[in-house]
Formats: sequence, C-alpha cells, structure tokens
Amino acid sequence: MTKIIKTEKVQAWYGTEKALNGISLDINKNKVTAIIGPSGCGKSTFIRCLNRMHEVIPGAKVTGKVLVNDVDIYSAQVDPVDIRRKIGMVFQKPNPFPTMSIFNNVASGLKLNGITDKKFVAESVEKSLKMAALWDEVKTRLHHSGMSLSGGQQQRLCIARALAVEPDILLMDEPASALDPISTLRIEELLQELKKEYTIVIVTHNMQQAARISDYTAFLLNGDLIEYDLTESMFTKPNDKRTEDYITGRFG
Amino acid sequence: MNNLQAQYNKHMIRRKATNYIMLTMMVLCAVIALIPLISILTHIGASGIKGLNLGFITNLPSPVGETGGGMGNGLVGTLILVTIASVIGIPLGVLTAIYLSEYQQIGIFPSVVRFVADSLLGIPSIVVGIFAYVVIVIPMKSFSAFAGGAALGIMLIPIIIRGTEGMLRMVPDSYREAGLALGMRKWRVIVSIVLPTAIRGIVTTIMLGIARISGETAPLLLTAFGNHYWSTRIDQPIAALPLQIFNYAISPFEEWHNQAWSGSLLLILLVLIISIVSRVATRQQKFK
Amino acid sequence: MLSASWVDRIFKVITLLAASAVVALLFAIIIKLYTQSSFSIDKFGFSFITSTDWNPVTGEYGALPFIFGTVVSSFIAILIAVPISVGVAIFLTEIAPRWLSTPIGFLVELLAAIPSVIYGLWGIFIFVPFVRNYIQMPLHDVLGWMPLFSGPPLGIGMLAAGLILAIMIIPIITAISKDIISSVPILQREGALALGATKWETIKYAVLPYAKTGILGGIILGLGRAIGETMAVTMVIGNRAEISSSIFAPAHSMAAVIANEFTEATEDVYLSAIIEIGLLLFLVTFVLNGLARFFIWSVARGPRGGIRQ
Repeated sequence: MTKIIKTEKVQAWYGTEKALNGISLDINKNKVTAIIGPSGCGKSTFIRCLNRMHEVIPGAKVTGKVLVNDVDIYSAQVDPVDIRRKIGMVFQKPNPFPTMSIFNNVASGLKLNGITDKKFVAESVEKSLKMAALWDEVKTRLHHSGMSLSGGQQQRLCIARALAVEPDILLMDEPASALDPISTLRIEELLQELKKEYTIVIVTHNMQQAARISDYTAFLLNGDLIEYDLTESMFTKPNDKRTEDYITGRFG
Repeated sequence: MNNLQAQYNKHMIRRKATNYIMLTMMVLCAVIALIPLISILTHIGASGIKGLNLGFITNLPSPVGETGGGMGNGLVGTLILVTIASVIGIPLGVLTAIYLSEYQQIGIFPSVVRFVADSLLGIPSIVVGIFAYVVIVIPMKSFSAFAGGAALGIMLIPIIIRGTEGMLRMVPDSYREAGLALGMRKWRVIVSIVLPTAIRGIVTTIMLGIARISGETAPLLLTAFGNHYWSTRIDQPIAALPLQIFNYAISPFEEWHNQAWSGSLLLILLVLIISIVSRVATRQQKFK
Repeated sequence: MLSASWVDRIFKVITLLAASAVVALLFAIIIKLYTQSSFSIDKFGFSFITSTDWNPVTGEYGALPFIFGTVVSSFIAILIAVPISVGVAIFLTEIAPRWLSTPIGFLVELLAAIPSVIYGLWGIFIFVPFVRNYIQMPLHDVLGWMPLFSGPPLGIGMLAAGLILAIMIIPIITAISKDIISSVPILQREGALALGATKWETIKYAVLPYAKTGILGGIILGLGRAIGETMAVTMVIGNRAEISSSIFAPAHSMAAVIANEFTEATEDVYLSAIIEIGLLLFLVTFVLNGLARFFIWSVARGPRGGIRQ
C-alpha cells in the first residue's frame, strides 16, 4: 500500500492557542480516510495543514513534517502555491466565485494555472462536472451564475472546480455539513466514484457518514490522535476507551 | 494527470513574478499615499513654528510691514462659530439619532431620515454656505457669526446623527430589557441606561464632527465673512482661523504667507489633537 | 402614573420633531436653492450650461467654463486616486501585517482630517512648484506637441487642481474600499488559494470581483467630494473662466466661482446665476451620493442567491 501523505509530529497553533499536539499519521493512496472527532478537536486544522492552508489564517503556525509523495511540503524551498494545486480542497460551505459563471467557476483553476487551450478547457470542464455528478443538471445553463444553483449543487460545483485542476489528493472539510440529507447522499455516492482516481481525506462530525464512506478512520480528541485504523475495525472493536465512548455517542 | 501538472510548471515563473510585482505595487501605493501627508505636516511644522508664539494667538492681525500681528481674533472667532454650530447641531443630531435607534428603527420614515442624513453629509460645503446666506444673511441684512455658525451646524448634524445612531445601536438590547423589566418608562431607560452606556462613543462622534467643521472655510466666505478686529457679537461679521489662512495665503506679501503657515499650524494642531484624542478614546471603548 | 406616561410621549414626540426637522432642512435647501436661482433659470434656460459667456458687465451668464473645469479636474483626480486608493486598501487588508496596517491606516485617515484650506496653502507654495518643475516641464518637453500637454507650464491649472483633489479623495476611497474588501468572506479567498492561486491571483480573481460594486460606490463618493471641493481648488486652479485643451492651462470650477464671486454679486441676476451653479452642484452630488450608497449597500448585502454566510 502506497503512503501518499505522511505526517510526523504535526503541531499547530492559532496565535498562542495550540490546536494540534503532534499528529503522526500516514494516509494511503486511492483510499478514503475519514477524520472524526468532536468539534474543536483539531480535525479541520489537521487537514488544513496538509495543503498549507492553515498558515493563511493570521497568527497561525505549524511545526513538524508533512511529506506528500515523500516531499516535505514545509521545507523552505517549497512554495505553498505549488502544493495547493496538487492537493484540491473542498470547504465546509460551498464557496463558488459569485461573479463567475458555472463554466468559469470550474475553469478558474485551469485558467489560473495558465491553461488557455479553449478546447482542452471545455473538455476538462465537462469531464469535471460529470465526475462531480453535476453535468446533467447544468449542461444547458453553463453560463449562468454559480450562485443560481442550490446549496448542494454549489458544493458539487466546488468539487468539480477542485477536480478540474487534476490534483492527486482531495481534501474535504465537512463538505456536507451545510447541506440537506439528499444533497449529502449525492456527495457520499460521488466519493465512492472519486476514490478510484483520487486519494480523499474527509473531515466529518458525522460518524455514520464516516462509517459509510471511508476505508480508514482517524479519531482526534483535543488535538491528539487517539486511534487510527481500518474503518471497519474501528467501528466494530475500537482499541481505546475514548474512541468507544465517542462512537457509541457517550460524548461529542 | 502528471502531464497537466507539468504544463502548470511552465507558467509558474511568470505567475510568481507577476505576484511579486503586483504586491510591490500595492506597497508603493501605500508609500505614495503617505508622501503628501508627510510633506504637509513637515512644511506646516517647519514654516509655521517660527511665527507661532503667545503673541500670535493673542494679537490682532497687523497691517503689512508691521510685525507682531497674530490671529487672536480668528482663534476666538472659530471657537465662537464652533460653539454656535454645536448648539444647533448637537441636540438636533443626538435627538434624531435617538429617534432612529430607540423609537423607530425600520420603516419608510426612518429610511428617509437616514437617506436625508447621508445626502446632507455629501452636500458640498459651499452650497450649505449659499443656503445659510439665503435664509440668514439676506433677512438679517448682514454677514454674521450666527449665519456662519448655522452653516457649520448644518454640516455637523448628519455627522452626529450617523455616528450617534451607530453608538446607540451598540448598546445591547439586554440592557434596555433589564430597565423595562424593572418597570422603568422608556424615556427613563434611554436617559438613565442607554445614553450613559454609549456616552463615550457619542462624545467621540461629536468631537470628530467638531474637528471636521472647525477647519471648514468655504461656507464662512458667504456667511461669517471675516473681520480684522475683535468681535464677539453674533449678529456681526466675525473672524475665523481658516478664513484668515485663506486670505493671507492668496495675498502677495511674504510676511502674510508666514502668518498663514503659523495659522495653519495652529488650526491643524486644533483639528488633529481633537481627532486623535477622540479616535484613541473610541479604540478603548468596547461593547460585546 | 398618568403624568409619567405623558413624559414618555413628549419625549418621543421631541425626537420625532428633531428627525422631521432634519428632513425639512434638506427640503428647505432644495427649495431655497431653486427659488433663488429661478431668475437665472427663467432667463437663460438650458443655455446656462452650454454657453461659455460669463460676463457680469453685459449680464450674460453661461456656466460651461466652470462645469468644464470641475469635470476635468475631478476626472484627473479620479484617474490618479482610484488605483492608488484601491492599492492602499489591498495593502492594508491583504498584505500588511496588523502591526503595520493599523498605524498606516490611521495615517491615511489623517489625510481626511486636514482642512481643505491647508491643502490649498500647501498647494500654492509646495505642491504647485513641484508640479511645474517635476511633472509639467518634463511632460512639456517630451509631449508638448500634443494639445493635451501644450501651453506654458505655469504650475497652477487643471492638472495641479486634479492632483490635489486626488490626494484629498484618496482617504475616502481607501476607507470604503478597505471596509468592502474586509467584508469579502474568507472562504472566497481560500477557494482561490486552494486551487493554487498566488496571493495576487487570489486578490484579482476572488477578492476584487466580489468587492467591485462596493469599491465603485466608494469611487463615486470620492467623485462627489472632488466635485464639491472648493478651497483647495480655487487656490491652485488659476480661477480663469476659459476652456482649454491643455490640462496645464488655468481654469475655473463651479465651487470656486461661487467662493470667488458670490460676495461681489450685487445684481440680482448675477447672484441668481451663481446660486444656480450651487443648485447644479447640489443636484450632481445628491445623485452621486444616492448612487454610491446604493452600490455600497448592495455589496454589504452580498450577491444574490445560493448559500450565504
């Protein structure tokens, strides 16, 4: 099994407040890894460390190592811009660019990265929208504003936007938390398709969701990694008392 | 997949260069914006300090060729004008803000009032001068301190309305509810709870407004008119610091130019001290 | 208890009266400006704004030279102030660390606190000579063959007025742009960054498109201020009612002519004509302000549709 991401003692701060106490975790290629834990446990912070988005927040700091394909993304020679286009990210709330059309939203990453071949861009937009299971719903109105879509469609648009850049890894920060159950289901189905080509790391506060969609699960609590295992093992026979308490709903 | 990523790399150098160039331009913009401020302050400081002494703020202007003239009458005139403006503008502004914040927050009339206040804020000061001339100078048949003060007062009203409304709205509703639950009348709640809570912010707003109008010149040309002598009568033309600076600045005499610089130093100290002190005071005020 | 409830009612009525008085004030301004200029409006009609003849001796009043001077100097001001102000706003919100952005933001705000007569004084003695020696002379030497840069480099004139106006409106446009840019959701920036955008690309593709309507509102507000500015302009524009193709040439402005000639206007028609210029100034700034508030408000409300935060 190829380990596409390896983290070593990742610690993160917001100002003086410590959010991660040293997380060491290896993520397997072409699998879905779920990060679960109660709110405030550092799960969002952790995945933001994987594409250097944590440092975007003023006062935020990261130490430790994150190796992506055996390259330390925090080494001085690495530009975060290069990292982020190899690792796509989908956020808690859909954030399409409101002034761009559906087409341009999906194409924005390509155009940004200097791809101007119109035919290639159009094909790529179609492919990405199909992968995001949105194509049939929007193919007749690609030039409408991205804001004209429903919340669930907007989130799939954001997934398509992330896919168009053709990253190796897709990070998802509670992508369904702002969505209704039907939209959530569609996103979950989509993940099963996507994992054939991508490595997916998804943060979720919903344990059933983690159990349904992921191959591996990591449980974080108060900035510490408590347990990391095959999802099946963790949900049937957790090794740690705290994990058991959490997944059986005794806190969180 | 790797093919596309490789294509991206071709553009990275250009993109990163653009990034650095544009970010440097933004830094340059900030530098360019500050150069005039530094130039104005240093020239006023350097040229103004020479003539600024006790005599300058107590004496009358002297004719060309005589030394020792000052802008005492202008300073006193400005203080009188600002006082008249405050008497007109503060009650009207604060009461309107109380209406907007405490009695009628939403609806057509409050929206109209806010729109009017914003419009008044945007009227060129010279136009306010024309209005004060038409309604005060013409009937009184004389330029007067009152007309000048009224013009400045009109300019003060919208500043106070919008500032005070904002300050009153920062007072948490729970404070009002606490008062009402104790059986207090609404006016009591406003006078004893809401206003005292917001008083520092309101005073700050008023001070900023006063700082802003005390340097106004254009409306005074048509109303207060200026005066070479001591006058404290509100029905007579009155001197004002900004008017004297203007008259001296456009005169052909170098001594008067020097006086204009000293007058500017005096005016800017007045304006900047009021605005800096009140801004620092607002920074310390925090509601949650 | 009855008397206590009266106090309540009286208090409310007093505040309502104050609010009504403020509204009445604006109406009074409109009505007075209109009635006082009606003599001129009736006499000259539409030709008032198309005629270039402003002659108190013959009793002919056409305001075009003043309108021209105001429009050109304000246009120059906007041309210079907009890129700088937006740049400063971006610098303050997106680039500078907080320990730097707070004091610099404060200093830029101070520019707005300086009285306009002081800008005029500084303009006459410091800025105009600078404009003549370091902007007009080189431009004249190189591009003097173009009508736009022809004529003797006097210093005073439309260019100097426009530049000084630019300095005066930079804090206004900056303040509003800064507020608008800070109101762009962080998620928009992160969306672009996560696609691999550089900082500048994030600003260009995610921040500015979102903020552009509001920034336009700030620009219009700045324009309104530039059009109505009196003292600094009258002190550096040259106060000559001429229309010239050169931006170096002295000119006049609507606000400046009111300041200069109002107290000399002894004849009714003369005074009425000057007040009509005031009415025009009022109407233009009134419309611009309404427009600006609308744009700023529409961004504060956010784009239509979809999920908002």
